[in-house]
Amino acid sequence: MEIMYVYTRKRSEFGRPCSFSDRPAKVSVDIPPDPGMASGFVLRNPVDSAVQHTSDMSEHEVNTERVEVESRGVNHVEGGWPKDINPQEVEQTIRFRKKVEKDENYVNTIMHLGALMEHCVKQNNAINIYEEYFEEEEMAELEDEPPSAKTINVISKLTSFFDVLLSKRDPNVTKRTATHLSWHPDTCKKLAVAYSSLEFQQNTKDMSFDSYIWDLENPNKPELVLKPSSPLVCLEYNPKDSHVLVGGCYNGQLAYWDTRKGGLPVELSTVEVSHRDPVYGAVWLQSKTGTECFSASTDGQVLWWDIRKLSEPTETLVLDITRKGLRENALGAVTLEFEPTMPTKFMVGTEQGIVIACNRKAKTPSEKITSTYSGHHGPVYALSRNPFYPKVFLTVGDWTARIWSEETKESSIMWTKYHLSYLTDGCWSTVRPAVFFTTRSDGTLDVWDFLFKQKDPSLSLKVCDEPLASLRLQDNGCVVGCGSKLGTITLLEISSGLCTLQRNEKTLATAMFERETKREKILEARHREMRLKERARSEGQGTEEEERPMESPQEVLDRARRDFFEVIEAELQRRAQAETHRPPSASQLKNHAGEEAAAKGEESQLPRDEEEEEEDA
Amino acid sequence: GIPIRTTLDNSTSVQYAGLLHQLTMKARSTVRDIDPQNDLTFLRIRSKKHEIMVAPDKDYLLIVIQNPCE
Repeated sequence: MEIMYVYTRKRSEFGRPCSFSDRPAKVSVDIPPDPGMASGFVLRNPVDSAVQHTSDMSEHEVNTERVEVESRGVNHVEGGWPKDINPQEVEQTIRFRKKVEKDENYVNTIMHLGALMEHCVKQNNAINIYEEYFEEEEMAELEDEPPSAKTINVISKLTSFFDVLLSKRDPNVTKRTATHLSWHPDTCKKLAVAYSSLEFQQNTKDMSFDSYIWDLENPNKPELVLKPSSPLVCLEYNPKDSHVLVGGCYNGQLAYWDTRKGGLPVELSTVEVSHRDPVYGAVWLQSKTGTECFSASTDGQVLWWDIRKLSEPTETLVLDITRKGLRENALGAVTLEFEPTMPTKFMVGTEQGIVIACNRKAKTPSEKITSTYSGHHGPVYALSRNPFYPKVFLTVGDWTARIWSEETKESSIMWTKYHLSYLTDGCWSTVRPAVFFTTRSDGTLDVWDFLFKQKDPSLSLKVCDEPLASLRLQDNGCVVGCGSKLGTITLLEISSGLCTLQRNEKTLATAMFERETKREKILEARHREMRLKERARSEGQGTEEEERPMESPQEVLDRARRDFFEVIEAELQRRAQAETHRPPSASQLKNHAGEEAAAKGEESQLPRDEEEEEEDA
Repeated sequence: GIPIRTTLDNSTSVQYAGLLHQLTMKARSTVRDIDPQNDLTFLRIRSKKHEIMVAPDKDYLLIVIQNPCE
């Protein structure tokens, strides 16, 4: 529909002056709304209409090409002198200086600046403005923030495509596990990592034997490449001399390096007297010369060495718990532990799940082994003493981590729940007595705070998708490095709540450990009593006891299988019930915050618990 | 910059002169970037061991190194 307004004027009237006059508004066209068209539209209420008075902007992402940075030094020469003056010539410089001193501008400037400077210097002399004025108030802070950790650096051995194309050497295509990490003792800016493939006979021909020392400032290129004759399984810095490292090789030899001398080992132990299996643990000893170390391997031997003379070990010990010193009965060692404050004692974790405590200074070999602690179902992958309480130590193996006290030999005093994946490594925190870290084979790092919560880790972080193989805490307790199966090292910084000592922590931790130790002792005593009673009773009924061991192996097997499946089914049912149990109780809580709801919830829970008990029994 | 008059040994003076000259330039340009009417009058750097005070001028710099009074 067209709206038109027609205006006509006679041609003879063109050019006449216009006389404008005001008149009120007049409606030219009025178009009423047509209700018939309303059916073509749908009512929309509310209507969102954005009004903005800014310029339109668009966002783009740009990924820059990766730049390889290299540190170089620059040599400065003295500059700033005018062209005609040679800075090496003393006379010329002296002459120039004297000339400048006579310059009036110079004199004025100095007077002016001098006054200004004097004012500030006097200020400084009068009062120290940067003093800590409110020191007492800082202690009142409580750590409310939830524990967290953040990754600060990821060192991956996989080099960029650049190197693959341009380098002449073989790039490390086969990924090897980072089996052991060791921080530099003083600066903690360097990390020595041992790489090897622990899969049995999986070594491919192009797998390199090198292990690296990384500088944290440069995660792209290792600072030093260590070239042993066979891959290193473990590597440790000497705590006294930070240039010396000892490494245990896959073929059982021990080698030591001096970082000042380069990447080849300074000396290698002779093959005949070394271990016959990979050296899983090598630890430096506390000695006056600072050159003694000892190593353990799955061939059942613990050997002591002086690195000045690696041609033969100074001492050997066969890990035979029957104390006969027979190689055949020996248990393979997987970890070693040594506490510098107790130089004669050390502990070995074995493949069979037993921890052996040994005394080095015993006179006969049979007395060297003082006690054994068994409790793990699989190899003990990590063993470490609590830095605050040397009698308490942590073992990590199979699916749990256990805390033991040296006095109770029957069982551990505290343990974590059974996880779904293997635990591969663990260590105590160096600053907090009740905190420790564990790594799992599903790539998770757990931080446990036993004073806070014992059932679950306080912090559980998924570090990577592949299993984590090793873990090492820096001496300051804040940074932890973990190595994975494919050779990636991740450095994480723990939140300060987990690495600062809380107020009563030491006393609380002492109390906790003592309480648990006492509990275990009581249990042990009770077990012993019960066993004595059983023995006394069985001696009275001699013949009846003999019938039980006559069960045939087949029956034992069937019985074991039946028990096993019953336990699994009970667990599955319990889990299914727990899941269906959760929604009803959640909705009840939502309706009321009243006691009735809570009471109802309890009532419905009670019959369920009874059902579960019946099924479990 | 070149040291005209100094109470320290030559090498240290040269080092201080060169480095602090650049730092003062940078500090001055920062102050002026934020507010063009502003200018740097004094620069104080307090470190663990000393306090370094720099008074800049158009042509010259006066540098004083002081031990804090703790």
